[in-house]
Amino acid sequence: MTIRHHIADEILVSYASGSLPEAWSLLVATHLALCPSCRKAASDAEELGGALLEDLAPVDLSEDAFDKLMSKLESADPEEAPVAAKKQTADVPSVLPEPLKSYLGGDLHALNWKRLGKGAYHIPISLRNGGGKARLLKVPAGQPVPAHGHRGEELTLVLTGSFTTHQGEFLRGDVEAADDDIEHMPVAGPGEDCICLAITDAPLKFKSLGARLAQPFIGI
Amino acid sequence: MSMHDNISGSGQGRGRLRLVVVNSDARPHLGASKPEMADALVDEFDIDDHAACLQAVGAHQDKRAFQSLFSYFGPRVKAYVMRLGCQPGQAEELTQETMIKVWRKASQFDPSKSAPSTWIFRIARNQRIDAFRRENRPELDPNDPSLIPEPEEAADSVIEQKQSEMQLLEAMKHLSEDQKAILKLSFFEDMSHGRIAEHLDIPLGTVKSRLRLALGKLRSTLDDSRLPPTDGRRV
Ligand SMILES: [Zn+2]
Repeated sequence: MTIRHHIADEILVSYASGSLPEAWSLLVATHLALCPSCRKAASDAEELGGALLEDLAPVDLSEDAFDKLMSKLESADPEEAPVAAKKQTADVPSVLPEPLKSYLGGDLHALNWKRLGKGAYHIPISLRNGGGKARLLKVPAGQPVPAHGHRGEELTLVLTGSFTTHQGEFLRGDVEAADDDIEHMPVAGPGEDCICLAITDAPLKFKSLGARLAQPFIGI
Repeated sequence: MSMHDNISGSGQGRGRLRLVVVNSDARPHLGASKPEMADALVDEFDIDDHAACLQAVGAHQDKRAFQSLFSYFGPRVKAYVMRLGCQPGQAEELTQETMIKVWRKASQFDPSKSAPSTWIFRIARNQRIDAFRRENRPELDPNDPSLIPEPEEAADSVIEQKQSEMQLLEAMKHLSEDQKAILKLSFFEDMSHGRIAEHLDIPLGTVKSRLRLALGKLRSTLDDSRLPPTDGRRV
């Protein structure tokens, strides 16, 4: 499998910074599972984070901070705090990679599709507040892919089958990016249902974290 | 494993102080396992070499190495979460939690994959996202059997790499002020592209291209010291 349509670098930088809305992060992380090239680019973007962290003017910690930390560590039962909680993973590859599979509660066979009309189905994916919108779409071979956003940007990641736009053919792992300016009329390829993850823009992220923390108090 | 081997040629020594650590002195939880071997094993490493320190913490929970990491990164992690809006008390707590994770996960640190600062940044970032839980940040599962692995050659070329912090800081110097400013809004102010455009009153396209160029610049600086990428990824 050769992926030809990747995640744009500026999106990978935002993913690395932690500022990307949840729906976008879900699509990015799922693409990363299928794309070693973007995995590499994303880890380069995290190096930017490391450099920025090192570049920050340090802020003094309280004098006993280290001693406090060590006594916390010594009193913690090492059995209680395993190095890494081992996640239960199946040993056979699934059609849906993580983290998408967990968001949907299982692989393709476990899904409850909702009818969308014209033979298409979808499953809205629940996200925390403000994280954008995400859903899984299933489009019968040869049918047009329904528009999934009214305005703003959207990304579509192909998981099975294919679709074609004026930009070419999109196969498993490929990501199509579209915004207001792009008139895109994807049509599912022949032979196989096209299942894809489609996400749309969150409303502008409200504020910086500082303002967000203050929100409950000032009642926005 | 000799710590010394891992730091040779890293070009990273910040200070000349070298510390000799006898393993048997530094095993808070392991007790007297194989004492006869431990007596014979002496690891020597540069206490200012963060990668060596992380490896010493990972290998035998070396407290002095951890203290060196704490005194360097603790105040920077605190600065990081304060930039993101934390009050000093809460920032101190998040720093503690981040450093606890550093202690516990140190054995997973791989100097061929990331610089210590990057590895610690990743922990701090996830820690602060966890703490504020407004949104999740989904991550890939490295053990997912559906994951497409790196092509063989690429995996081989990784072995000899070591990302040094010096290289990273050097790379940062090559970024323009505009690029740096935008990176800071993304990493420290938690701003989306749209918010950055609004905040700086510049077109969205400009925000994107600056972020893209910043990554491209970093990548080309780092690539000077490692093998070229195996595919024709656009930059
Ligand atoms: Zn990719």
